Amino acid sequence: MSPRFEAWSTLLAFMRKELRHLVRDRQTFVILLCLPLAQLLLFGYAVRTDVNEIRIAIAASAADPAATSLRAQFANSDRFILLPSIPNAAAAERLFRSQQTDVVVVLGPRTDSRTVGVTPPSLLIITDASDPNTSTTMANYAQAVVRDWQALRSDVSGRVAIDVRARMRYNPTLRSVNLFVPGLIALILTLVTSLMTALSLSREKERGTMELLLVSPLRPWQIIVGKVIPYLGLALVNVVSVLLAARFVFLVPFAGSYWLLMGASVLFALVSLALGVLIAALTSSQLAATLAALGGTLLPSTMLSGLIFPIASMPEPLQWVTTIVPARWFVEIIRGVMLQGTGVDVVWRDLLILSVMLVVLLVAAIRRTSVRLA
Amino acid sequence: MMWRALQVMMEKEFKQILRDTVISRMLFVMPLIQLAVLANAATFEVKRAALWVVDLDQTPVATAMVDRLTASGRFYIAGSGMSPAQGERSLLDGRATAVLTIPQGFARDIGTSGRSTVQLVLNAVNGSQAGVTQGYATQIIARYAAELGARGAGPQGQSPTARPSVRPMVEVRTRGWYNASLDYRRFMVPGILVQLITMIGTLMTALNIVREKEAGTLEQLNVAPLSPGTFIAGKLLPLWIISLGVFSAGLLIAVFGFDVPMEGSLLLLYAGAALFLVGALGVGLWISTIADTQQQALFVTFAVLMVYILMSGLFTPVRGMPEWVRTLAQANPLLQFIALTRAIMLRGAEAMDVWREFLALGLIGPTVLALAIRQSRKSVA
Amino acid sequence: MTMPPETSVVGDHPSTLAIRAQALSRVFGAFTAVDAISFDVGQGEVFGFLGANGAGKTTAIRMLTGLLAPSSGAATVAGFDIRHDAARVRERIGYMSQRFSLYDDLTVHENIRLYGGIYGLTDEQIASREKDLLSRLAFTSSASLRVGALPLGWKQKLAFSVALLHSPSIVFLDEPTGGVDPVTRRQFWELIYQAAADGTTVFVTTHYLDEAEYCDRVSIMVDGHISALGTPASLKAEFAADDLDEVFVRLARGATKS
Repeated sequence: MSPRFEAWSTLLAFMRKELRHLVRDRQTFVILLCLPLAQLLLFGYAVRTDVNEIRIAIAASAADPAATSLRAQFANSDRFILLPSIPNAAAAERLFRSQQTDVVVVLGPRTDSRTVGVTPPSLLIITDASDPNTSTTMANYAQAVVRDWQALRSDVSGRVAIDVRARMRYNPTLRSVNLFVPGLIALILTLVTSLMTALSLSREKERGTMELLLVSPLRPWQIIVGKVIPYLGLALVNVVSVLLAARFVFLVPFAGSYWLLMGASVLFALVSLALGVLIAALTSSQLAATLAALGGTLLPSTMLSGLIFPIASMPEPLQWVTTIVPARWFVEIIRGVMLQGTGVDVVWRDLLILSVMLVVLLVAAIRRTSVRLA
Repeated sequence: MMWRALQVMMEKEFKQILRDTVISRMLFVMPLIQLAVLANAATFEVKRAALWVVDLDQTPVATAMVDRLTASGRFYIAGSGMSPAQGERSLLDGRATAVLTIPQGFARDIGTSGRSTVQLVLNAVNGSQAGVTQGYATQIIARYAAELGARGAGPQGQSPTARPSVRPMVEVRTRGWYNASLDYRRFMVPGILVQLITMIGTLMTALNIVREKEAGTLEQLNVAPLSPGTFIAGKLLPLWIISLGVFSAGLLIAVFGFDVPMEGSLLLLYAGAALFLVGALGVGLWISTIADTQQQALFVTFAVLMVYILMSGLFTPVRGMPEWVRTLAQANPLLQFIALTRAIMLRGAEAMDVWREFLALGLIGPTVLALAIRQSRKSVA
Repeated sequence: MTMPPETSVVGDHPSTLAIRAQALSRVFGAFTAVDAISFDVGQGEVFGFLGANGAGKTTAIRMLTGLLAPSSGAATVAGFDIRHDAARVRERIGYMSQRFSLYDDLTVHENIRLYGGIYGLTDEQIASREKDLLSRLAFTSSASLRVGALPLGWKQKLAFSVALLHSPSIVFLDEPTGGVDPVTRRQFWELIYQAAADGTTVFVTTHYLDEAEYCDRVSIMVDGHISALGTPASLKAEFAADDLDEVFVRLARGATKS
């Protein structure tokens, strides 16, 4: 037997052992297979920024015919739920504070006046701006309804109207599921690869079985590869299952190339695995490894990757921090490929960045593990 | 004897918690870091949108419209050109988030019929952001159109003053109450504060008890004539007090560091926090009964908190969720307390405005705690 | 085959009994860990509870100390039923588990104060007993040291003394001398004798059969049953053995189903 062949067969035997570990621990295995799907359902159903069913109350004097037609206009819009009218703006305060309404429209006293020359009649749209985005969106919708109402009422002669025909590309129905579900793949890959590898390695260290492996003829890189390959396989199974669920449960469209997506997923999974190995090498106990993996991979992947919060909205310094979060680049790739149908010609930059990260982390991880050996 | 035991148990807990450097660091540093990073990262604020302009009209009327868009501070020009395909491309590679196409004959149509159309194509991958951007564009262009009309740029001879019977246009103004500057941090910071004490309260309780389990000291306490009530009170009261302390520290940071207003009653807010923590610590107690190692406790806590946080309205509004999820989410104490905190701090809500949240917290907290205590008794026997 | 459990009563009056177990059993699923054991322990006796790993010793101790409910059978400890009067049993027993059970991150003084307080001792009582205890162990200068910083032998002696702090009538020791050097072991047994001389019943499990020789009586558990019970001398006579080691090995070898 050539020495080279021998190395490979030891590696294979070692990988078989790792795989058996993974599958035999039934509980962990089931968790690893089901957790991503549970997470997907949770995200898919709970994390939405769609604004529907806006509750609106109109404040106007009872006899105002303009109020009646405005009420009708809002009642016809399927976005709004019309609440009983309130007498004046002061009553709005109470409704807002007890969170019984989202928008109040206050009609000034002279909305229907035909007298010319006095102050123009006014209409005030009040929103609860505690949540700024939702409030802006609701105000926009309310304004659109008011605009239609005005157009019906007033004579258009002498006026200029410019229609803005908006087209929502890549996500015409504005479903936030389409935004969150693809990004979720990044989170799941981080969880299964970084976290699990870090834990599995630090467990071996704590139990002393790592010493056994280190005194064996296996080389450090072989130990790492043997540890990592089964998790990589598991991660890919997870990607496929999440993609299927996204496609058939949440009806997320798929515009780009499956191959590109799988390739990018493998690359990102490798980066996360290297990070997991590095974390295990740097920490001395399972608890420390868990905390480091949570703080060092999972939290940044959730908060600083653009998964939930748009990076463009963050302050400049924080935007710089996000560039070292691998998930940020992967989220960009996966959204582009799935929703916009982008190809390698656009995402090559993200792929390149991930590759550089992989090389750096891999070198660091292997070096740290080898140091332990000596 | 019961009070005596409670007294020494509480003494011991305080000493242990404050003496542990890792835990005390977690208690005092975590609020700062979390508030600083999360308050800035957790924002959906729509910043200036990158606009690509395809102006096929090339008239002063069209140019002035584009100027209006940029002058508003909502848009900046990422590029322009005559080729629609180029515009499309800029959207795809991320250089622009919106493409405005002004058709040929735009100014001419306004002059003859008073009507014209422009096309705005938005990258709607992030639907809500695209919606907000579209709203801004529509508003600015509508205002520009109204101005053109007033200047008599439309079909001539029929200015509004010439026909007194025409109803004047209603002036529409909008106003956002409680957060007029639309500052996202005002919205996020109270929520993050709540998430913080949940994390500390639940995680500390779970880890604290499981650590005694691992060390074997729990068994020693179990053979002592310590009633389960005394044991649980001795464990939870110190953690409850410490969590309220962390809440106070976070509150100070929020009000003085992030300018979050404190419109309502501080007393009401603390009453809510005190009630909420009963449930949060109860969950920690429950986790400690099912976990044998600190690591398991950490994992379960993490999983539970993830469900809690995602379904709390902290980051994304509850209103967007499907009906059944929303109903389910009402049982989430975090949701109730975040709503309560925001209502009191931002809107100055009074007791009669938020009695529903108080009622919910008053039901959830003691129920969770009672179930956890039952579970913990079972696991001892 | 196992021998029928032998019941021997020390003393004529039940009131002098520290522990009385009657057909005490504990079943975990299909596995019977403790199978209807019956025995009595007299007040002030040093009772050795021996058995191989997995013979059911720890399960039995957990039942007697109220950590585990029996599946069937009954037992009284310090005159109270372990099922119905568990709270009163707990007030009257001390316990030292095989895992070290003081708080590493508290000082010697703080540990004493905690356990004294849990058992309802007043500040004055704690202060005087702490002084006694520390001088007896020659620990006086170490009162403000963290327990985690003490050597293992010291910790064990301290844990034993803390278990006696509230003057229990019975103290349960589950392998108290595991991992301790022979000198400290001897000192530890001196503490046990002192406690017994003060009238405290000592119920002790151990794997060191030389220690078992120090006991007034020993029982040997095999597969959930008590296979032998008596004074060390009578057991040696019964099995015609030179020492308890031989008795133990003979019983253990004959018993397992494998």
